[in-house]
Amino acid sequence: MSETSVDASKRTWLIASTCAGAVGGVAVAVPFVSTFQPSEKAKAAGAAVEVDISALKPGEKITVEWRGKPVWIVRRTPEQLESLKKTEGQLADPNSDRKAYPTPDYAKNPHRSIKPEILVAVGICSHLGCSPSDKFQTGAQPSLPDDWQGGFLCPCHGSTFDLAGRVFKNKPAPDNLEVPPHMYLSDTKLLIGEDKKA
Amino acid sequence: MAEFKEISPNASTGEKVLNWVDNRFPLSKMYKEHLSEYYAPKNFNFFYFFGSLALLVLVIQIVTGIFLVMHYKPDANLAFASVEYIMRDVPWGWLVRYMHSTGASAFFVVVYLHMFRGLIYGSYRKPRELVWIFGCAIFLALMAEAFMGYLLPWGQMSYWGAQVIVNLFSAIPFIGPDLALLIRGDYVVSDATLNRFFSFHVIAVPLVLLGLVVAHIIALHEVGSNNPDGIEIKANKDAQGRPLDGIPFHPYYTVHDILGVSGFLLVFSAIVFFAPEFGGYFLEYNNFIPADPLKTPPHIAPVWYFTPFYSMLRAITSEMMYALVLCVLAGAYLGVTRAQLSSLMKKAVVGAAVVGVLLMLSIDAKFWGVVVMGGAVIILFFLPWLDHCEVKSIRYRPDWHKYLYAIFVVNFIILAYLGVQPPSPIGERVSQVGTLFYFGFFLLMPWWSRMGETKPVPSRVTFQPH
Amino acid sequence: MKKILLSLLLSLGLTGLAQAAGGNEFPWDKAPNRQGDMAALQNGAKLFVNYCLNCHSAAYMRYNRLQDIGLTEQQIKDNLLFTTEKVGDTMKANIDPRQAKDWFGGNPPDLTVIARSRAGHQGSGADYLYTYMRTFYRDETKATGWNNLAFPNVGMPHVMWELQGNRRAIFDDHGQFKSWEQITPGQLTATEYDAAMADLVGYLQWMGEPAQGTRKTLGIFVILFLLGFMFIAYRLNQAYWKDIK
Repeated sequence: MSETSVDASKRTWLIASTCAGAVGGVAVAVPFVSTFQPSEKAKAAGAAVEVDISALKPGEKITVEWRGKPVWIVRRTPEQLESLKKTEGQLADPNSDRKAYPTPDYAKNPHRSIKPEILVAVGICSHLGCSPSDKFQTGAQPSLPDDWQGGFLCPCHGSTFDLAGRVFKNKPAPDNLEVPPHMYLSDTKLLIGEDKKA
Repeated sequence: MAEFKEISPNASTGEKVLNWVDNRFPLSKMYKEHLSEYYAPKNFNFFYFFGSLALLVLVIQIVTGIFLVMHYKPDANLAFASVEYIMRDVPWGWLVRYMHSTGASAFFVVVYLHMFRGLIYGSYRKPRELVWIFGCAIFLALMAEAFMGYLLPWGQMSYWGAQVIVNLFSAIPFIGPDLALLIRGDYVVSDATLNRFFSFHVIAVPLVLLGLVVAHIIALHEVGSNNPDGIEIKANKDAQGRPLDGIPFHPYYTVHDILGVSGFLLVFSAIVFFAPEFGGYFLEYNNFIPADPLKTPPHIAPVWYFTPFYSMLRAITSEMMYALVLCVLAGAYLGVTRAQLSSLMKKAVVGAAVVGVLLMLSIDAKFWGVVVMGGAVIILFFLPWLDHCEVKSIRYRPDWHKYLYAIFVVNFIILAYLGVQPPSPIGERVSQVGTLFYFGFFLLMPWWSRMGETKPVPSRVTFQPH
Repeated sequence: MKKILLSLLLSLGLTGLAQAAGGNEFPWDKAPNRQGDMAALQNGAKLFVNYCLNCHSAAYMRYNRLQDIGLTEQQIKDNLLFTTEKVGDTMKANIDPRQAKDWFGGNPPDLTVIARSRAGHQGSGADYLYTYMRTFYRDETKATGWNNLAFPNVGMPHVMWELQGNRRAIFDDHGQFKSWEQITPGQLTATEYDAAMADLVGYLQWMGEPAQGTRKTLGIFVILFLLGFMFIAYRLNQAYWKDIK
């Protein structure tokens, strides 16, 4: 038996077994790493939430929970919708172009919603996660400018958002309030957590 | 500080890094000592796979265990549900669970075969007594680990098996009931028991197991492996001091063990994917019912790997005590008349026998059942000093020794089978005879191992080139 | 030595005999295999939700897992969601456990893994359940008016009596079951009822381990891979051990 053929057969089978072993190793690793993914229980708890907005009056806001987060639904009055034009110059991202919390296509408009009067936004400040307070009353108030048109004020570090959830310039928060995936099952039934793309 | 080894500046980066490490940590030294220059006998056979397989199963149990603990809830109200959660809601959870439950049984199959190899080839004999002792300690720790792990799913079998075994401790005179209370942490097996068994099973005993396995391997490498012929390969060395019948563990046995691993994984996977319950022996049917402290299942039995010892426990009835008393008296008689002991020792033997018999007649058979069951494992520790045969390996022993070992194996299997069955009058008799045989095999070994004509032991190992 | 082995074998045999003679358990029928038959499993799911969930829960089974037996989420929502609105929820019973204890003397057990827990030396859990669901008989001495051959003195009434009809069991002088007497007919014939129960039991067996289909399919690939790997390992071993004389 010559040296080279002995070494050749060792090399052949070493390569074969290393490759097979690597394939086997990956095949075993995949299920184990997959156990990290959200379980059926987490997915069920994070399932979409149906909200009946038939009783929501103009100027009123309700909050529902989705995936552990507060989601605000505001029925804006015609005056509130008008006021959105006045705030545009003072906003950091008026067209919702930023990618950190991508705004769905159906909310890439001045009122940031499907139906102009109904705002659906996640009530968590994009700075460090506190929940801003409602400041729907217009005019001067503590921590708010004199020409305040109505919106939200975050009590933690003073970030302000207008009535479309858009963040004002020169505030700690960098992004507009997140608009979650949502769709209308009917005129009065809102489904939060899913949209038609899903 | 040891001398720093300088390396040529022309050396490759890899060599330089290795040199840096070697100057601070005995990496290459350990590699040579335990792998590339650890000379193992070349005549290892099929039975020599089970050591590396045991290590593999230990790794499997630890890895699957880590992933199970991410989802399991050690709370009496949540445990059973959390196991079903793993089986259904966690992606691939069912696979991790089945690997762990099959691995537990596989561990014992592998370990029993590994111990059997040691038994028939005399691997426990001088100078390997400590290897054997560490091994017996591993066996004990493994039994504790398996027992405590079995409580965690909190099924009917989990609960009542634990209840029965912990109650065994209450059979100990005087301290028994308090000891059982201390172990349980409550008046019955409950959430307190579950939590502490969880802690022991997940971290305390695994650490002990890992330490013992390291000690076991270090002790082995210190004296070198035995082989099926029972010959000491270090007796015949070449000019460089390497055993003539030895081959470097790496690459020969690393490659050989890969073959063993693939065969094992084949059987292991067949069970995991096609028969994870294994007829109710690996995952018992009753354990799919949540634990109910108010309802005992009609038939409780420990898991299959404990049943030989369970049979011995059940065999010790008050009737059996008389047989045992006779054995103690016979043993004392033989010790006094036949053994070469000083007269002081002989008096001690008689005294011990008298005290023993008095205790055996006054304390409940229940307690002695526990003693016998524990003794069946403890007696293994003493094997190096019980075997007085001239030759190590069964290959060169008288033929009738071989039959004796065969009967020992059959007897062990019969005891295992009887332990799974519900008690019966015939089963009781057979397990009583079986228990006496088991202990007789070991306790009488100093005499029977010296009897018979041994065959001449060759100076070099018997090996067929592949 | 041969004598020892013989006597050991004999004693084993006797032990086995003793066990077989001792039981007066009702023999179990073999449940037809419905695993893999989606239509049958769906029918079983329908029967389960309509008849069993009234009193029994299946607390570890999520409704949306029924997609694994070929139902769409919409079909589940439309036809099978009685106790909840969310398809991701688990199958909880309609009944209040305390009322159940009042009426039946005990809380009806959860059925999620019943098929796994009832296996025994007579057969699989499915065999037991198949026998159980088909051997109810009228017994005026019982609170529910029903008794069962596979589970004597069971606290559960014959929920499917409308399908099977009323039957009486005839016993011989030794108290062993002899034959059936149909008192009133059911909506289904005996063959149809047996088939329906096979579907239901098939569903229960599937529900006990919904991953069983995947497990077996994947197992084939794993074994094939390992056979290939073992061949490679064998050749690798050969390549090295050629050197050892």
